[in-house]
Amino acid sequence: METEAIKADVMQKKADEDRRADPSAVAEPARTPLYDEHVNLGARMVEFGGWMMPVQYGKGIIEEHKNVRANVGIFDTCHMGEFVITGSDAARLCNTLTTNNVASLNTNQAQYSYICNDDGGVSDDCIVYQFPDDQNIFVVNAAPLKADYALLEALANRHSMDVKLLNGSEETGKLDVQGPAAAALVQKHTDTDLSSIKFFWARWGEVAGVHCLISRTGYTGEDGFELFFPIEETVKLWRLFVESGAEPSGLGARDTLRLEASLPLSGSDIAASYNRNPIWAGFGRFIKLDKGVDFVGREALQRAADDQGGERLINFHITERGVPRAHYPIMKDGEQVGEVTSGSYGPSLDKYIGMGWVKAGLHQPDTELEVMIREKPVGIKVLPRPMYKKPKIEA
Amino acid sequence: MENPRDYKYTKEHEWAKLDGDTVTMGVTNYAASQLGDMVYVDMPTAGTKVSQGDVIGALESVKAAADFYSPLSGEVLERNERLLDEPGAINSDPFTDGWFVKITPGDASELDALMSAEEYDEFEKSQG
Repeated sequence: METEAIKADVMQKKADEDRRADPSAVAEPARTPLYDEHVNLGARMVEFGGWMMPVQYGKGIIEEHKNVRANVGIFDTCHMGEFVITGSDAARLCNTLTTNNVASLNTNQAQYSYICNDDGGVSDDCIVYQFPDDQNIFVVNAAPLKADYALLEALANRHSMDVKLLNGSEETGKLDVQGPAAAALVQKHTDTDLSSIKFFWARWGEVAGVHCLISRTGYTGEDGFELFFPIEETVKLWRLFVESGAEPSGLGARDTLRLEASLPLSGSDIAASYNRNPIWAGFGRFIKLDKGVDFVGREALQRAADDQGGERLINFHITERGVPRAHYPIMKDGEQVGEVTSGSYGPSLDKYIGMGWVKAGLHQPDTELEVMIREKPVGIKVLPRPMYKKPKIEA
Repeated sequence: MENPRDYKYTKEHEWAKLDGDTVTMGVTNYAASQLGDMVYVDMPTAGTKVSQGDVIGALESVKAAADFYSPLSGEVLERNERLLDEPGAINSDPFTDGWFVKITPGDASELDALMSAEEYDEFEKSQG
């Protein structure tokens, strides 16, 4: 029984040995302020994007997943990055870097967007906020954070923009409180009227006496909030939410929740090569080719938009039995036509589901294809997005 | 969860237990807990010939897939049909209800080369 977890242990031991041999050779994964909290809660810790993060706690991924769908869970997302851009050219700089149109944002509004490379591939996905007094905040993923910031600085210099840049990632704590009961729980600890914050809007407010950016966003397909605050307040806020009913939830549940909700994982489902560009992935609504600003990757993305060929990102479920995993071949009539990029069991759908790239034309919902699982073809069917949609609550 | 004293063990974290002419095989609690919530099990059907050390099936958790290496040689008598609908039995009860397959061993002396419970306890500890 050779498990990935056991392989990870072996890798860890190898890394430990290498470090003893030459301490400068191997970078130690960073720890969020909640590392000891996770360990004390019985979390299994894994290296992710240069950080030691909890993959699951004692109850397991399926319980954590179902709890976020039914109640409220809390995720440590301190590893993510936050950039603050201030100045008369702030929105223009954001618009030069990202694909969506920052100029269309109202004050306190947020948008999902991409940081592309010149090939039109995705370097990172991000959320961009517009705040008063010419201020924008960027929230980015942990692994590409440094490259994102370097590109932001380079663009500001190249175009001599009037901006002040701040990489606030090390000083900023972040917790995601997610689930249908998230609003009621967060409301207990704040005077800010949360019903006034709509999906993809944000406000500054006090939560348990801590000055927080309260953003109604997330990566689970549920209602909920991403809270940003001074990093030294992280343990206090985590304990407050956990003690008042939020279930600690790890990266494992975060992955199955986002997969069911058809939210892509940057670096896997959308990635740095042209063939994994966000237009072919079906996320063209976040790419404003005609916004009047020449942004990084625009030319390549225009080419992708004009090309009916290439590949497309699909969502699918297994129609027989088996679990799809990243890099498994996707087949049609014995020929490989694509590759799985994400796959797992979806606890709320109670189906084996995945995302993958196939030749254009084979991506329409209800198309039947096959995935090779341990050298056996297993039937799949292309699904419309999102695969999971939260039930509408009748008023 | 204690590793049963009357079972034999492999370095791949499988167990084998002799009952008369039959050997029942499965994975240990350590393996089950490392993998996490089990969601699918791929088992060989009755009549399949297996050799010691061969990959004869797979266990899949939410996060990972793991091969099942046969601890012994022989012929599959029966697979645990219950796991098809309830793979979580491997997590809740890896040494009894969560068994994987039963085989008629070709050479029961192969068992002697496997680890005893005491040896496996030590091996498990060394896995960190």
